[in-house]
Amino acid sequence: MAIVYQRSKGLTDVETHYCPGCTHGIIHRLVAETLEELDILGKTIGVAPVGCSVFAYDYFNCDMQEAAHGRAPAVATGIKRVLPDKVVFTYQGDGDLAAIGTGEITHAAMRGENITTIFVNNAIYGMTGGQMAPTTLVGQRATTAPLGREKSHAGSPIRIAELLATLDGAAYIERVTVTSPANVMRAKRAIRKAFELQLEGRGFTMIEVLSTCPTNWGLTPVKALEWLNENMIPVFPLGVYKDITKEEA
Amino acid sequence: MAYHEIIVAGFGGQGVMSIGTTMAETAMAQGLNVSWLPSYGPEMRGGTANCNVVIADTEIISPIVLEPSELIAMNQPSLDKFEPAVKPGGLILVNESIVERKVQRDDVRAIYVPSLEIASELGNMRVANMAMLGAYIEATKYLTFETVVDMLRNIFTGKKAHLVELNEVALQRGADCVRR
Amino acid sequence: MAKELWKGNEAIAEAAIRAGCRCYFGYPITPQSEIPEYMSLHMPKAGGVFLQSESEIAAINMVYGASGAGARVMTSSSSPGVSLKQEGISYMCGAELPGVIVNVMRGGPGLGTIQPAQGDYFQATRGGGNGDYRLIVFAPANIQEVVDLMQEAFELADQYRMPVMMLLDGMIGQMMEPIEWKKPPVSPDDLPAKPWATTGTKEGRAPNIINSLFIDPEACNVHNQRLEEKYRRVIENEQRYETNDTDGAEVIFVAYGTPARLARAAAGLLEKEGIKAGVFRPVTVWPYPYEALHEVAIQDSVKVVVTVEMSTGQMVDDVRIGVNGVKPVSFIGQAGGVIPTPREVANAALKALGR
Repeated sequence: MAIVYQRSKGLTDVETHYCPGCTHGIIHRLVAETLEELDILGKTIGVAPVGCSVFAYDYFNCDMQEAAHGRAPAVATGIKRVLPDKVVFTYQGDGDLAAIGTGEITHAAMRGENITTIFVNNAIYGMTGGQMAPTTLVGQRATTAPLGREKSHAGSPIRIAELLATLDGAAYIERVTVTSPANVMRAKRAIRKAFELQLEGRGFTMIEVLSTCPTNWGLTPVKALEWLNENMIPVFPLGVYKDITKEEA
Repeated sequence: MAYHEIIVAGFGGQGVMSIGTTMAETAMAQGLNVSWLPSYGPEMRGGTANCNVVIADTEIISPIVLEPSELIAMNQPSLDKFEPAVKPGGLILVNESIVERKVQRDDVRAIYVPSLEIASELGNMRVANMAMLGAYIEATKYLTFETVVDMLRNIFTGKKAHLVELNEVALQRGADCVRR
Repeated sequence: MAKELWKGNEAIAEAAIRAGCRCYFGYPITPQSEIPEYMSLHMPKAGGVFLQSESEIAAINMVYGASGAGARVMTSSSSPGVSLKQEGISYMCGAELPGVIVNVMRGGPGLGTIQPAQGDYFQATRGGGNGDYRLIVFAPANIQEVVDLMQEAFELADQYRMPVMMLLDGMIGQMMEPIEWKKPPVSPDDLPAKPWATTGTKEGRAPNIINSLFIDPEACNVHNQRLEEKYRRVIENEQRYETNDTDGAEVIFVAYGTPARLARAAAGLLEKEGIKAGVFRPVTVWPYPYEALHEVAIQDSVKVVVTVEMSTGQMVDDVRIGVNGVKPVSFIGQAGGVIPTPREVANAALKALGR
């Protein structure tokens, strides 16, 4: 019988801890497939964040470092400067990257650090139990915004892709999602392009992936996908925000 | 036993630190023990600056000079501040070009050096501090002019080689202020 | 070998390069900015990495990443900046990563002053970050000792897989003294291999993971006990100290760094007054040489033990532990950049003697 689908070589044989319906699993798989297809698993070092994906170091089948909360881009900088010929990526959530680690990601992008960041934005703090994230939508409920995020009190969500695209050091910035097979395919292409540009030494690349959190959103997995499409995409439009290869052409 | 504890003080930009480092380098070349400790911080940027230099033929215990055996006062605030601290029997070298008063103590030796006039006559204001150093060497007689000049030859090479002679003359003109 | 006149901060940077360090991350702060300045010019010349980070937090996490990738790496800062590094230091201890951290101390708390002080003793020896961890902390008192210890600092960091701190005060960073380069430079190529480092699996081995997370309490306890066993080995093997004229002394001064030099000057003043005084100087302030201090203090001749610090009294706690009640312990110190004078130190001893 022909095998049509199996675990990517880029993932370890460890059962993940993610909640049912969470899209981290898909995103992990896309990254793992990319590393496998580009034949760079043996020369890749990943950096895991603090947040839901804190155990990513157990799931990716390559060398991994676990960083302090928000510091993954700094840790990745240290690795890449020592090992410029290796492939280095960070995998970070919205609290990690867009709140406590805003300084680190911004300056890594500013320096044009030749690393790839996978930024998983689900508009909520998952691991700690549904607190407000910097990307939480106005009006969206969170355990620290029980009546919904109030703009006058907590401001509006931060758009990281747009922000980092203003920096000269950024080579490729795209926002994608994984709510449908077509979107998954698009996300895969974006992730692959980011790693390819890193291999070419083009500078900082980041793929922001809009993701769901059925548990903390209080929705079924399917409803969560619908909620994302209807509510998050208008605030966080999908698309390419920076493409150094287009600018040259 | 020789144990010299020196304070060099003046405005930033008067070459205070480099008088100190030149002394320290010279002493080291002569096989003596040395330490050089600068004041640092906002003082480095235009305000008053000073450095502590200790030169000894024994081990140097503390690099901090509280009671100098010798004071080089490049400006009036430095003289005002440090004159009372000088050890009885010590030496005060005064940059008389800009210090308007005489040393008031009678238990120390005072030498006056018109450093800016000397530098002006030599056509390069930057050698004023070398005139002060020349006076110091002549007055204390343990560092040698030969060693200083050897060091200048190492510092000023190529296109700057002509500066060796200029600095050497400045040293001697300063020394003359002691001999007179 | 001929002596060379070196400024403390520049000497420590050059000593690091000579110790085979090829990686520096840091952020400017007075009174240690000559270290990144020197590194920015000389590290690339040595074929190494220099990067000015956006913050102290970023710098220490770059150190974490580089160390995890197998590099001999260092960072430096002064007191407020070292506070910011505490997170990364704790993580390095947890993940068992080597590295050297230089703290050229200034006065605190908060912004304090840029003048020399020793108010970070607790932070360095008790751990300013979270969790049960220790650092090896060297406290040199002159620039020759700074450069002599630098190679050892990197070697011990690699040997025990833990960060080592060089704890200096601003005076040692800023002053110049003649030094000799006693040890031949170390080539990074000759350093022992680090098979645990994340350098890529080449798909020939299981992934290496640099990590301080042990979510299961039992596993975290085992990890902590293992670290504790390592720290015990450090305590057994790595205590360093120096004594000056302590045999048969009536007064024992205990001081580290610059105050140790002031204490020796004070001992000289007391000697002129017919009182024999000696100086006990810990060179490692963690592990602290408690037993050696105890041996000195317990001598029949010793009447008082006087601790001298550029702080309001931190190391004095360790002195009390070491002396353990066999002799009275007193303290003299100034903080905020004010340095106690040898006369003040001598008078403190006279007061302790009841004279």
